[in-house]
Amino acid sequence: MGTQDIIDTLAGIEPGSALDAIRARRLQARENAQKSYLALFEPIDASEFSLAERAAVAAFVTGLHGESAVAAFYREKLAANANRAPLLEAIKAEIERGRTSGPYGAFPAGPLSIENKAGLIYRVSAERKPDLGARLTAALEHAHLLVFRPRDAASADMKALLAAGWSTTGIVTLSQLVAFLSFQVRVVSGLRTLAAASAQEVAS
Amino acid sequence: MSTVNPPVVFTQDELGWVSWIDPLPEAELTERHYAGLVDRARAKSEYFRLLVRDPEVLEARTRTDKDIFYNTADGLPRAERELAAAATSRYNGCIYCASVHARFASTYSKRRDDVQRLLDEGVEADLGERWNAVVKASVALAATPIAFGPGNIEELRRAGLDDAEIVDVINGASFFNWANRLMLSLGEPSK
Repeated sequence: MGTQDIIDTLAGIEPGSALDAIRARRLQARENAQKSYLALFEPIDASEFSLAERAAVAAFVTGLHGESAVAAFYREKLAANANRAPLLEAIKAEIERGRTSGPYGAFPAGPLSIENKAGLIYRVSAERKPDLGARLTAALEHAHLLVFRPRDAASADMKALLAAGWSTTGIVTLSQLVAFLSFQVRVVSGLRTLAAASAQEVAS
Repeated sequence: MSTVNPPVVFTQDELGWVSWIDPLPEAELTERHYAGLVDRARAKSEYFRLLVRDPEVLEARTRTDKDIFYNTADGLPRAERELAAAATSRYNGCIYCASVHARFASTYSKRRDDVQRLLDEGVEADLGERWNAVVKASVALAATPIAFGPGNIEELRRAGLDDAEIVDVINGASFFNWANRLMLSLGEPSK
């Protein structure tokens, strides 16, 4: 594959390093995490979910996880894909409004209800809806639900996306994109933490 | 659609899963879809026939999943990868995912009662040093913002894991942040 491995790049894993060798033992996982990234961000068919929409949702989702190399990467991707400055500004402002701590939400009514945890029910601010449009507004609200309170998800959330103009296939790809980023940002964070711990051990 | 009977507790029992939006009908699957399914038998599953609406993403996701969990050469035993998956699912609140991977953790570890305590008591259950370290690392990774730090690495090492095994924990736990979000948001479990 011509492209550089995105997880290695974001985690700062150098060729020939100890972590490079460890990742090489899980070659299928490494190559297919990369293929997942490519299938989501360089798809063969973007008709149900445009590249600009994908970049906007990705910048929002990774930004919600806090500032990091991953968030900066997708912010740059959005800047490269969006042809309107107001969209970039809107995503930046909505990340600030949406930041909180998860996971929270409700369990099905019953013995687990004592573990229910209340938290922000995020909605896009009224003044930014015109910059985002109905589809992206619905996508950001759904993405926030998936990031912070996935156990709150209900069939009504699918209906909200359909009503905002998302097709069933578009919903599947949107869900995969948010869920994949939830994986990618964690693998990168975990590998960075491990690399730092090992570097410290060598130094001490 | 048949009646859904959602479980209200975490369980190791086998559960069904019902989609909230339309999976592709089996009769409409093409070779491109079968490539996405990886295993042809998955065409029988409503969940996979829904995800196969984007075949390229499903194929890459499936192959990532299989290598992280099934490739146990030089690394963490399968039981502890399943434990990471079950703990992540317990913490995020995915009753369906937790049921599948708690069952696998029980099968491979032969510690069914300990696995059940994770489900009943939650991620704070005391399961012994090694399992506690794996559960704590999985929970720290699942938090948003991510709470995984040098303390987790230290605990995993103290519990006897080498760096390759720690990467297996990171991969397994991170992968379930992907899986949980799909299972929880596209449909629901049914007894």
